Amino acid sequence: MTSIVCKDLCKTFQQGDETIIGLDNVSITIERGDFVCLSGPSGSGKTTLLNAMGGLDTPDSGEITIGDVRIDELGKGPLADMRLHNIGFVFQAYNLIPVLTARENVEFVMQVGGMSAAERSKRSFKILKEVGLEGMEDRRPAHLSGGQQQRVAVARAIVSQPTLVLADEPTANLDTVTSSQLMDLLVELNQHHNITFVIATHDIRVMKYAKRLIKMEDGKIISDEAQSQSPIPLGEG
Amino acid sequence: MSTSLNIGIRMAWRNLWRHKRRTWLTIGAMIFSNLLLVFLISLQFGSYRMMIDNTLKTYTGHLQVQHKEYNDNPKIRNSFQDIVPLADKVRKQLGSAGITAWVAARGVAFAMTSSEQRSYGLQIIGVEPQYEVNVSTLPGLVNKGRYFTDFNAEEIVIGSVLARNLRVDIGDELTLLGSGRDGSFAAGVVIVTGIFDSGNADVDRSMAQLPLGYFQSLFSMGGQGHNIVINAEDLTLVSALQNEVSSILGEREELSLLDWNRLQPGLQQAIQADMASAWFMYIILIVLVAFSVLNTQLMSVLERTREFGIMMALGLKPARLGTLVFTETFIMSSLGLAIGAALGTALAWYLSIVGFTYPGMEEMAGKFNLPDRIYPTLSLLSIFLGPGIVFLCSLLASLYPALRLFFLQPVSAMRAV
Ligand SMILES: Nc1ncnc2c1ncn2[C@@H]1O[C@H](COP(=O)(O)OP(=O)(O)OP(=O)(O)O)[C@@H](O)[C@H]1O
Ligand SMILES: [Mg+2]
Repeated sequence: MTSIVCKDLCKTFQQGDETIIGLDNVSITIERGDFVCLSGPSGSGKTTLLNAMGGLDTPDSGEITIGDVRIDELGKGPLADMRLHNIGFVFQAYNLIPVLTARENVEFVMQVGGMSAAERSKRSFKILKEVGLEGMEDRRPAHLSGGQQQRVAVARAIVSQPTLVLADEPTANLDTVTSSQLMDLLVELNQHHNITFVIATHDIRVMKYAKRLIKMEDGKIISDEAQSQSPIPLGEG
Repeated sequence: MSTSLNIGIRMAWRNLWRHKRRTWLTIGAMIFSNLLLVFLISLQFGSYRMMIDNTLKTYTGHLQVQHKEYNDNPKIRNSFQDIVPLADKVRKQLGSAGITAWVAARGVAFAMTSSEQRSYGLQIIGVEPQYEVNVSTLPGLVNKGRYFTDFNAEEIVIGSVLARNLRVDIGDELTLLGSGRDGSFAAGVVIVTGIFDSGNADVDRSMAQLPLGYFQSLFSMGGQGHNIVINAEDLTLVSALQNEVSSILGEREELSLLDWNRLQPGLQQAIQADMASAWFMYIILIVLVAFSVLNTQLMSVLERTREFGIMMALGLKPARLGTLVFTETFIMSSLGLAIGAALGTALAWYLSIVGFTYPGMEEMAGKFNLPDRIYPTLSLLSIFLGPGIVFLCSLLASLYPALRLFFLQPVSAMRAV
């Protein structure tokens, strides 16, 4: 079963008189349950591609299908609903709403989705336990470490059981040990929940976790290979 | 911590306290203006009440029974029969209905008044001495001689300006010349028994009072008269009293019952004009508060652009984010309303007991026979009118920052720092 199909995506940005190419005829198909890393130098279009896949930004041309929905054809409102229910996001840093506790951050999206308070509470406790934050549910982001904050963001991204989780440099602000712990968690969630992950990263150590490694340059995909997940054991790297 | 409380409301509440000082400054502006508005509006209402009371108590009264033609055409001919018995009946029936009210009958005519040296045209009021003292402050303003007590005495009470103009004093004689109700010649000689000083030069120059019995015989009135003045205990009770009196009058079709607003239309107009100028000032105050709210909320939205971008990425719609900003303003405005209105009410309440005065007021009051203190009048209207408008305007002011969120793009918002 396929999770995402992108066909001939193009996106340019205008900066003054200059036209910058973000995506140049990108086509990929990602299967349900895959664990994909997007790599490539800075400015190669990773974020642009993730944003297009997540319906945060619309491409200039091309098609994007998630499940069986053509999201490039959706209006703002339905697109927001799509993101709320079917897509989870983890960004580089400062992902969380600072005035809400870990638990409230996780519950917030569920409340917006219309879930009952009892169900929300049950799920948020369970998911926070699963990402290893048991006992820290009532802390606000300012009282959590960077790694813990990213775990909350991950918990929030997967709690509504989306089909797809998009992560843009989720480990960029983390040290090596915390990075690999977070990646271990993502792999585990990928296996348990059969959620598709697409992760944009510069980090070679992160790439080792991928089942499929896509390399980009100048808005184009230059290589796309399946690989065996071979995380570097803790403490090395 | 309660889980039942909506996360959105909790979020709004905590967002407010991210910038404690800024939030308190904005709420402080609301509190200050609300306090001021409650105080000023109560004071304003109090002074109108005083103005109405003073004007009406000098002469007009709260209600008058008249011949139905009289108000539009105040001729001596437009009088009605049996005025004294009717006044008695109204007085008795109101009394037995347990309603506190004061009733007095009057006649009104014009006459030339002459002393040995001079003549002036005057408005002559015939009064029931015993009851007039209850409905008018004028008898109490007699500061030379005395007011009359006898219904039929051939006596007159005149104003101080007139006394000076006529060069008469207590005990002097005046000649009255006029025409009676039937067109006959009316002439009489009366003795000046009292001189009043109302502070109003117009009244003091051109009005004089006679006992009603003598008035009726002088002007060939028979048992007739022109109006019955009825005063309620308080301005707010007038309309209830009006209903009661009109049912007592019942069968007398030639009569009409007019309230003070019909009798003194200028009064209401003066109040409205004053109200308009006061509101001009209030509106400036309210606009300033609204701008301070606009400023605060605009800043708070701008500095959270990235946060809003993340929330949009998660699938929140702009309306939801706008609601958040609106909720924050709602909480701030509610605090401003509650605290401001409470403090304003406390202040106005205190002053409604001890009275409010400012330097120079007592001197002026003494001159014009006005009370030397204003007592603010507290009512739901005077408490909530000003703060209510501040509240609504604050919410309106937050509409702009809230609506800006509809133009936010998640990607560019998240790039903001
Ligand atoms: N909003 C924008 N306005 C102008 N140019 C943009 C915008 N967003 C992206 N670009 C340009 O598009 C190209 C692709 O950017 P993108 O952010 O996708 O790269 P990236 O691979 O994610 O880089 P990085 O690893 O630094 O995050 C870059 O040249 C970038 O400068
Ligand atoms: Mg990027």
